[in-house]
Amino acid sequence: MRGPRGAALLLAAPAAATLLALVVAAAVLQLAGADPVVTLRDALAYGLRPETLVAVVNKAIPYYLAGISAAIGFHLRLFNIGIDGQYRLAAFAAAVIGAAVAVPAPIHLALIVTVALVVGWGWAAIAGLLYVRRGVNVVISTIMLNAVATGVIAWLLSPERLGQIAPGSNNVTTATISETGWIPAIPTPAGGLNGLVILAVLLGIGYWVVLNRTTLGFEVRAMGLSERAATVAGIRAPRLALLTMAASGAIAGLVGLPQLLGASHRFGLDFPAGLAFTGLSVAILGRNHPLGVAIGAFVWAFLERSAQVLDLAGISREVVTILQAVIVLSIVVAYELVRRVRARQERRYVAQTVEGAPA
Amino acid sequence: MHRRRLPWPLLATALALIVAACAGDARTAAPSPAGPPQVHRIAIAYDISGRGDGGFNDIAWKGAKQAADELVVELKEVTAKLDDTDNDRAERLRLLATSGYDAIIGVGFTYAVPMQTVAAEFPTAWFAIVDDGTVDAPNVYDILFAEHEGSFLVGVAAGLKTTTDKVGFIGAVQLPLLQKFEAGFAAGVTHVNPDAAVQVTYLSQPPDYSGFGDPPHGKEAALGMYDNGVDIIFAAAGGSGAGVHEAAAETNHWSIGVDADEYKLQPADIRDHILTSMLKNSNVGTYGFVMDAAGSSFTPGIHTFGLANGGVGYATSGGFIDDVRAQLDALAADIVVGEIVVPQTP
Repeated sequence: MRGPRGAALLLAAPAAATLLALVVAAAVLQLAGADPVVTLRDALAYGLRPETLVAVVNKAIPYYLAGISAAIGFHLRLFNIGIDGQYRLAAFAAAVIGAAVAVPAPIHLALIVTVALVVGWGWAAIAGLLYVRRGVNVVISTIMLNAVATGVIAWLLSPERLGQIAPGSNNVTTATISETGWIPAIPTPAGGLNGLVILAVLLGIGYWVVLNRTTLGFEVRAMGLSERAATVAGIRAPRLALLTMAASGAIAGLVGLPQLLGASHRFGLDFPAGLAFTGLSVAILGRNHPLGVAIGAFVWAFLERSAQVLDLAGISREVVTILQAVIVLSIVVAYELVRRVRARQERRYVAQTVEGAPA
Repeated sequence: MHRRRLPWPLLATALALIVAACAGDARTAAPSPAGPPQVHRIAIAYDISGRGDGGFNDIAWKGAKQAADELVVELKEVTAKLDDTDNDRAERLRLLATSGYDAIIGVGFTYAVPMQTVAAEFPTAWFAIVDDGTVDAPNVYDILFAEHEGSFLVGVAAGLKTTTDKVGFIGAVQLPLLQKFEAGFAAGVTHVNPDAAVQVTYLSQPPDYSGFGDPPHGKEAALGMYDNGVDIIFAAAGGSGAGVHEAAAETNHWSIGVDADEYKLQPADIRDHILTSMLKNSNVGTYGFVMDAAGSSFTPGIHTFGLANGGVGYATSGGFIDDVRAQLDALAADIVVGEIVVPQTP
């Protein structure tokens, strides 16, 4: 199965998906009244400037963290829609505690990261516990918990409590973290690269190691392949589900850190919402593999960044949303097709081997 | 037999993109010219809701459009996305500046931090930010509105017109900006009618900005208030205000519009229930900025648009408050000279 035909099949899926996505994009652009060739070329020319590429990587870091968080849940078919709430609550708590203390840099940073991890972990564990103990669907409970997180933050982030408003400003923020709690940008000729990119890389490696080289990772993979077989083999499903959910939440807690530690140094109303669905899409694109998720996050950020040119050309940027959706759909469909073709080939191969074998 | 999970599709996608891009030629940047202030191309960058909201963004656009028509220059519009960070907004402003736009307007406080960065990178371009006064640079024009002053006046109208001594305030999202409306409105009501109670509700909490564009939610909130004995509601709720006006028409009560003169925007059966509107003339600010930049009279820093210079006001369409206009105008004059100081926080 590792012959040239297998490799060709492996490449056929992405090639077909890309082609389909491009055709759909061209058709949509044509419908929107733009010249598809010129528009796509302009978008790419802008997207591939070095300055834009650095900006794309910066944009991709939170997407990557959200993608890994989603991928962890996917192994047990847990859809963590709560990434949004987990990340905002974690970033908020990390910002408040980070601004409240004055300690040397390494301790300060470690403290902020730990707070973010723990808050994300704890918030997701609520959904995990509800699932394990009461069978509450994780999708439902995490959506609810997002709303609760929004309410809690809105209540705490007011000038009477933990928020503050600068004179003349209409933004409410937490106090600013002192410089010992900043992570400087990595200077490149094309602009500053967010220092949290290192954390993202380490996280990707850690995720791979835990999944592929530890008992826990083996249990998770076994459970994902067949829950019944894994349970029979003595793996405790509820414990594992709780652990996975909480781990997904802990990683989600990190999503806000690139913005908090590398850019704004405070939590405010301008922290973005809607990262959960980006994370889920990116994890699907990357097929839960750390490298795949990285490329997925990059492509996602690249498309969104290039879309800015569409606005200038007078084309609705929603074209890019369509393009993103088409890519995810085509990838899923293409892989399913390839999986079926390969399964059929394997059956034929096994049948032939058995027939051909001496009795 | 183990399945391989390499991300080939993405590798291929990236490769295809790169190949395609190499075929294209790089866009060359047109730097803005040095020298005295001049405007060649105007750009306006909205926050997430964009133009077509029938209110705030549209009015900001109107001022920029008027300036563009008078100067006979191009006007470009771009809009933010829901999950934009400061970096995305900065990149949007940067793209505009490198594409030759030299009068760039950011609508909304979320552009404050990005504009501080980008304005320094393009010292020969002119920037303006609406609803924020924290950007401090020699080429940035901060546009602030005294929404509390205009809200005070419609509050006075509500205080005089209520028969139940109960009035309502429905805000879109609980933001400091909208709390200015609330504070001014409540102060206006109690200034002329100390017995009146003001019920306050916000449709959503940040970062959920759905309250700006959710008419059914606005209608539910309004029906609840009218049920409760409220007879006039000030809807500082963007697009959701349409729902409040609908509720007013259905239950035969009054509502008060915001930003634009909503009497002129609503159908006949509904507009007869719009008592007045709090006008926020953001076009005055955006028009003023562009003309100042074009006419060499640019002054950086905060420009406040209030009752004194026509930045805010109240609408009289429909003639429902004609009997109290004299009173409103007298109070407006008191505010302008500083005899009445309207609170900005509830």
